[in-house]
Amino acid sequence: MTLRRYLLLLTVAATAPLGDTLLALGMKQLGPVSLAHPTLLLHAIATPYVGFGIALLIGFFASYTAALSWADLTYVLPITSIGNVLIALLSRFFLHEQITPSRWLGIVLITMGVGFVASAKCHTDHDLAPGRHGSASGLRPSQAPPL
Amino acid sequence: MIAAIVLFATLGDLLLAAAMQRIDLDSIRARRGLPGASWAVVTDLRFLGGVLGMTCAFFSLLFALSHAELSLVGPASASLTFVTNAIAAKFFLKEDVDRRRWAAAVFVCLGVGLLTR
Repeated sequence: MTLRRYLLLLTVAATAPLGDTLLALGMKQLGPVSLAHPTLLLHAIATPYVGFGIALLIGFFASYTAALSWADLTYVLPITSIGNVLIALLSRFFLHEQITPSRWLGIVLITMGVGFVASAKCHTDHDLAPGRHGSASGLRPSQAPPL
Repeated sequence: MIAAIVLFATLGDLLLAAAMQRIDLDSIRARRGLPGASWAVVTDLRFLGGVLGMTCAFFSLLFALSHAELSLVGPASASLTFVTNAIAAKFFLKEDVDRRRWAAAVFVCLGVGLLTR
């Protein structure tokens, strides 16, 4: 793992919860959306909070797909959850919000979970057959998952 | 609503991971540069399927957020998605989900549930 890859994982971790929070703020401002008027969801995209939220989630998506090109899904997902811990700690120390004991327990559990996978190998070697790199199509024939 | 978010998010994650594991980005970038690598990604059918799944999950989330609190929708959908993704990655992507990764999925699932309650 290089520093660049750690920074990429940090970007994935930070942008997702921040984007979700902005979406929630925007949707709260908009009020309940009925299934009879689904076009209101499109109108929501034009509101500032939802717009910024979407911009952050686009950043999340780009860094997330890049991370999936060199790491397993079951490695990337737990690592990205550290973003929730960052948000909780930032709100505690900068916004002086109270963190209940159950939230502290949640922080400990997430940190332990991330620690479990962070120290392990990040990619499953399905089959390192010759031709994995540099095939004419640019695909990994021996590594293609069944999906 | 939460089941729809989990279903679409898992499907999207699975297809995206399948696409990104299948495409050899390093090789393509070496031959065709970053634009070529980007083109190879965005024209992959699995990637497009993954984007469709994520889009459906996103609109399901928006719809759910307009009816329920983030403190319910967030932890419920995020926690369940960790577990469904671990199961799906094990069986469909054939990832080596060892005890350490199962433990991580369960710990993070519980942690997210407690943190965002």
